[in-house]
Amino acid sequence: MTSLPPATEKALGLVIDLDTCVGCHACVVNCKEWNTGGYGAPLGDLDPYGDEPVGSFLNRIHTFEVSPDDAPASIVHFPKSCLHCADAPCVTVCPTGASYKRSEDGIVLVDESMCIGCGLCAWACPYGAREMDPVENVMKKCTLCVDRIYNENIPKEDREPACVRTCPAGARHFGDFSDPASNVSRLVAERGGMDLMPEMGTAPVNKYLPPRPKTRPDTAAASTSANEPAPEGFLGWLDRALERLG
Amino acid sequence: MGGDRHDVERSPHVSDEIRKTTCYMCACRCGINVHLRNGPDGRPKVRYIEGNRDHPINRGVLCAKGSAGIMQHYSPARLNKPLLRTGERGSGEFREIEWAEALALATEWLGEVRERDPKKLAFFTGRDQSQSLTGWWAQQFGTPNFAAHGGFCSVNMAAGGIYTFGGAFWEFGSPDWEKTELFMIFGVAEDHDSNPIKMGLGRLKERGIKVIGVNPVRTGYNAVADEWVGITPGTDGLFILALVHELLKAGRIDLDYLIRYTNAPWLVIEDEDSADHGLFARNEAGEPLVFDRHKQECLSSKSSGLKPALKGAVTLPDGRTARPVFELLAKKYLGEDYAPEAVARETGVSAAQTRRLAAEIADAAFEREVVVEQPWTDMKGERHERMVGRPVSFHAMRGISAHSNGFQTCRALHLLQILLGSIDCPGGFRFKPPYPRPIDGQPRPHGGCKPGEPLPGPHLGFLRGPEELLLQEDGVTPQRIDHAFSWDAPMSSHGLMHMVISNAHAGDPYPIDVLFMYMANMSWNSSMNSGGVMEMLSDKDADGNYRIPRIIYSDAYNSEMVAYADLVLPDTTYLERHDCISLLDRPISEPEALADSIRWPVVDPATQGEGRDVRGFQSVLLDLGARLGLPGMIDGNGDPLYADYADYMVNHQRRPGVGPLAGWRGKNGGTHGRGDPNPGQINRYIENGGFFEAHVPEEAQYFKHANRAWSDWAIEMGLQDGAVENVFQLYLEPLRKFQLAAEGHGDRQPPDSHRERIKATFDPLPVWYAPFEGEGLSKDEFPYHAITQRPAAMYHSWGSQNAWLRQIHGSNPLYVPGPICDEAGLKDGDWAWVISHHGRIKVPVRRMEAVNGKTMWTWNAIGKRPGAWALDENAPEAKRGFLLNHLIHELLPPKADGLRWSNSDPITGQAAWFDLRVRIEKAEAEEHPVSLPQFPPQKDGLAEPPSVIAYGEEWEAKQ
Repeated sequence: MTSLPPATEKALGLVIDLDTCVGCHACVVNCKEWNTGGYGAPLGDLDPYGDEPVGSFLNRIHTFEVSPDDAPASIVHFPKSCLHCADAPCVTVCPTGASYKRSEDGIVLVDESMCIGCGLCAWACPYGAREMDPVENVMKKCTLCVDRIYNENIPKEDREPACVRTCPAGARHFGDFSDPASNVSRLVAERGGMDLMPEMGTAPVNKYLPPRPKTRPDTAAASTSANEPAPEGFLGWLDRALERLG
Repeated sequence: MGGDRHDVERSPHVSDEIRKTTCYMCACRCGINVHLRNGPDGRPKVRYIEGNRDHPINRGVLCAKGSAGIMQHYSPARLNKPLLRTGERGSGEFREIEWAEALALATEWLGEVRERDPKKLAFFTGRDQSQSLTGWWAQQFGTPNFAAHGGFCSVNMAAGGIYTFGGAFWEFGSPDWEKTELFMIFGVAEDHDSNPIKMGLGRLKERGIKVIGVNPVRTGYNAVADEWVGITPGTDGLFILALVHELLKAGRIDLDYLIRYTNAPWLVIEDEDSADHGLFARNEAGEPLVFDRHKQECLSSKSSGLKPALKGAVTLPDGRTARPVFELLAKKYLGEDYAPEAVARETGVSAAQTRRLAAEIADAAFEREVVVEQPWTDMKGERHERMVGRPVSFHAMRGISAHSNGFQTCRALHLLQILLGSIDCPGGFRFKPPYPRPIDGQPRPHGGCKPGEPLPGPHLGFLRGPEELLLQEDGVTPQRIDHAFSWDAPMSSHGLMHMVISNAHAGDPYPIDVLFMYMANMSWNSSMNSGGVMEMLSDKDADGNYRIPRIIYSDAYNSEMVAYADLVLPDTTYLERHDCISLLDRPISEPEALADSIRWPVVDPATQGEGRDVRGFQSVLLDLGARLGLPGMIDGNGDPLYADYADYMVNHQRRPGVGPLAGWRGKNGGTHGRGDPNPGQINRYIENGGFFEAHVPEEAQYFKHANRAWSDWAIEMGLQDGAVENVFQLYLEPLRKFQLAAEGHGDRQPPDSHRERIKATFDPLPVWYAPFEGEGLSKDEFPYHAITQRPAAMYHSWGSQNAWLRQIHGSNPLYVPGPICDEAGLKDGDWAWVISHHGRIKVPVRRMEAVNGKTMWTWNAIGKRPGAWALDENAPEAKRGFLLNHLIHELLPPKADGLRWSNSDPITGQAAWFDLRVRIEKAEAEEHPVSLPQFPPQKDGLAEPPSVIAYGEEWEAKQ
C-alpha cells in the first residue's frame, strides 16, 4: 500500500462557486483538450462516432434538480474533479505506488508507468473522481494541471489550471489553501466554503461555495411605496412632475 | 512507498507556435490562441485552443464548444472534394469531381439563369458570417431572392430594436455589467453572445447584483438567477406590459429622458376616417410637431429649448385635434387589461411577484442612480455636466422573439427600458459600435429584377410604409420567393428563409431554377416540418424532373442537407480559412470599443488530411462571380478582380475609403476606419492577435443616441457619413401606416384576407396578442407548450460530429413537468407520443419540476438523420435523439378562411418556433424503443471514422 505525506508544504486546490456555475461545460472540455496532450496524454475515446462513445474526462459536470417543499424546484450544476484530499483513500489503497500525493503542493497524481489498471483507487474514492481510460486501461485523474502551474514555457498569468483559465463565468478559483491570506482561503471564509461529504473523512482540499438563497415568488416586497398609485392619479402626478422639470 | 520519487517535468514543451484567430464554434466569435505542434508526420497539428486574453469579446475565456475545436477541425464528417450527385436526391450518393468541373457546372447553371431571369436563383445562407459579401454578390447577380438565416432566428429582436431605438441586444448592445444594479434576462439562445453573458453574470455575482431570469425552463442562466420567473411561453409581452402598468401607475418613469430622447411628446392626429388618422402631425417641412406648454403653441420637435406637453388635446394649425404620444401610451397601459391580476392567469406569473418585481426595478432605477462624472454635449448643443444613469438592464433573445407576437413583445421590452430611461446610460443597456443606427441610418429593401443586370441596391432593409413593399405590378403578389416585404410579412428585414423551399416547391409566386445555399441545414434541424421539406426537395413533376431543378450547396461537413444537393462545394474548417468579422456585417464590438477581426488559415488544408481539396466558400463565390462576369468582381478586361477572399477583404471598398476591415487602412496602415486599401492590412491584424480595436472617447461612452462627441467620432471612423437623428420611437408610425392601408386608405392596400390581421397586430404602440398557433387550436386537444433550449456545449447540428461534445449531449430526452407526468402516467425512462396539429413524434421522457407547469422542452438539434455527420447509423443521436421540428409546420392550422398562413410573426415574418402546442400520451412499452419518425440512412463516401481516438498520445510528457 502507498503512504501519504504527513504534511504538505502547500495545499493547492480549487474553489468552485456553485452560485455562479451555469453548467456550460467549458471547464470539462478545456480540461480534456489540455490534458489529452499533456501530463498523462492521451485521454482516450472509444467508439467516438459510434453508438456508445465513451472517453475519459478528468472533470465532469453533474446536474441535479432540487425540489424543496417550501420553494420552487431549482437546478444545481455541480462540477466535479479530484479534490486532492489530505487523507486520500485512493492513494493508500494503491498496490503499486502509482497513486501518490506530492509533499510539496499536495497534488494527487497517478504515475502511469506504475499503474496496473486494477481500479482499486476508483473504488476507494468516495467522489467517483477517477477515470479508467478506456483506451489505455490505466487510471487518469485531475492533475491540477501540474504541467501548467509551474510551466515556464507559458506566460506567468496562464500558470493556473486550464479549467480555471477558461471558465467564462469566473466560477473556478485556484490557489493555496495552506495560506490563510490566499484568494481561495479568503473566498472560503467569506462565502462559507464547504467540504464535499466531510463525513467520509477524506479532508478534501477543494472547496465548494454554496448557492446564495433565491428569492421566492411569494416573497413580500421590501417596500410597497413603488407600487402605490400617485395620490392625485397618474395625470395629476404627470402635471406635478412636469412642473418640477420646469 | 512515498510520493517523492516520482519525477514530474515542471516545464514541458507546450507548442511550437501560437497563431491567433477567431473562433467559429458558435456565433459568438471569440478570439482564440491556436497552439500548433508538429505531429508524428512532421505536419503541424493543433495541440490546444485557448481564449485570447486581449480579445474584446472573451478576454481569455473559452466555452465548451470553442474548447472542442480540435475535434471539429479533425472531424471525420469533413467534406474533402467537390461532389456531384449520382443517386436520387436524399440518398447521399455522389461521385467526387475536380474543382474545375464543379465551378464550370455552377457557372453554367447560374449563368443561364442570370441571362434569362435572375430571380430564378434563390440564394440563401445559413450560419453565414459574411453576409456583407454574400448579399453584395446576390445584388450583383441580380436576383431579388437573397437572405441569410435571420428570418428564422431572431429578426424580431433585431427589427424590434432597430425600429424602436436604433439598436438591439447582442451584436448591437449589451448590459452595462460594471454599473448595473439589477439585471433581468429573458429567454436567450446560449450560442448568441455566449461568453460575454457568462462573463457578465459572473461579474454581477461578484458585485452582489440581483439577477432575475424569465424563462419557462430553469436551466443554465436561469439556474443561477437569484429569482426565477417561470413564465408561460408566448406571454412575455403581457408580463412586460404589466410591469409597465405598475411603473406608470406609481409614476416611476423618467419624464426628462422621455422628453429629451423619445417621441413621447409628438402629436398624433385624431381624425377618424381620414387617411392620416393616427399619424404624426407635421409642419410643412415634414417635421413632427409637439405642443409647447410655455409658449402654448405647436412647434417642430426639432426646436431646442422645448417644454412639450405630454397630455391634453391640442388644436392643430389646420383645426384638427391631436394628442401627444405619451397620453395615448399612458391610457393604454394604465388600462386594467394590463394589471398584474388581469394577466396572471395567462402568464403563469402571480400578481404579487409582478408587482414586487416592478417595485424592485423602480427602486434600482430611481433610488440607486449611477453617476459618471463626465461632461458631454448633446446633439442640440446642450452641455451636461455629468452622465446620470438608471442602472437597470435587460437582455433577451429568441425566447421572446420566436413567437408570432415576438415583434411586439420585443418592442414592449424596449418600451419598458425607455420609460425607465435606461438606454445607453450608466448602468443600463449600452450600444456597441457601429450602433446606434436608427431607421434613418438604415437602407430600404430593394427588389426588381432584369436579365443580366444587378439589383439597384441591397436586398434587405427597413421599410417605412406600404409604398416600399416589394410587390409585383398587381400590388398584391410578392416579388420575392420567400414573400418578404409583402403583405404576408411587410417588415421582414431579414427575409423568411424558412419559407423558401416550400414556396419554391409550390411555385408561389413562381418556380425557381436554382436553389443555392450555404451552411444551412434545411433538410433537417433548420426547417419546420423537416420530413415535408425533405419530400419537397426530392419531389418530381409529371415528367420526372425535380420540382426544384438544381440545388447547389456548400458546407464543410456531411450534414443532412448535403444529401439533397446536386452539386456540393466543400468548404474549409474554421482553422483553414480567411474571414472578416466586419463592421459592415455583424460586428463584434463591445460598448467601450469598436472592433472587428479576421480568420486566417492557421493551418493549410493541404496538410490536414490525405487528398483534402477544399476551398473557402467566400473565395469560391468570388471566383464564380468573376466567371459570371458580375460587376465589381471583374476588371476592365474581364479578369477576376480578386484572387480570393483575403484579397477582397483588403481591397474591396463599399464606399470610398470604407472596406470590410476598419483597422490599419491607408498606405502604411496609419489610419483607422477610413482610408485607402493597405496591402499589409491582414498582416497587421495577425500581428495584433487577429483583431482590431478602437476605443470610444470617454465623452462618447454614453447617450450615444444623442451625443455630439459620439456622432463626430462615428463619422470620423466611417461608421456613418453624417449626423443621424435618433429619436426613440415609442409610437412606431410605419405600423400605423400599414393599419391605415388595411382600413382602406391609400393606393396600396392589402388583400381583404389580410385586413383584419393587420389591423389587429400592427398597433403603433406595443401590444400583446395570443400566439397564432394556439389560437387556431382547441386548448383541450393541445393543452401544452413544447419548446427547445440551446445547450451551452453544443451549436445547432454542428456539435454532434464532435467526439467530445457528443459525449455530453448524445441524445435528448423530453423534459416533462411533474404534474403532466402524473396525469399521463409517465415516469422517467418511459417513452411517449407527443402530438401537434401537424404530426406525432415518439420520444424518451424525463420528469422535471423546475419548469413552467404547462411546458415540456428538449435540447435543440441533437437528433440526427441516421448516417449523417459521419456518425454510426445506430448513434444515439439518430435512435434516441429527436427533433421537435417534425411537429412544427411552416403553415398555421387551417382556419375558416380557407387560407394557410405562414407560421410566422405577421409583421416581420420571423418563424414562430416557440408557438408550438402539443398533447402527450404514454407510448406502448417496447423492448428496444427508438425515437420516431425515423428516416432511411444517408450514405456518404467518406472514410470510415476511427473506432478509437487517442488524441495527443505522441505528446505524452515522459515521466
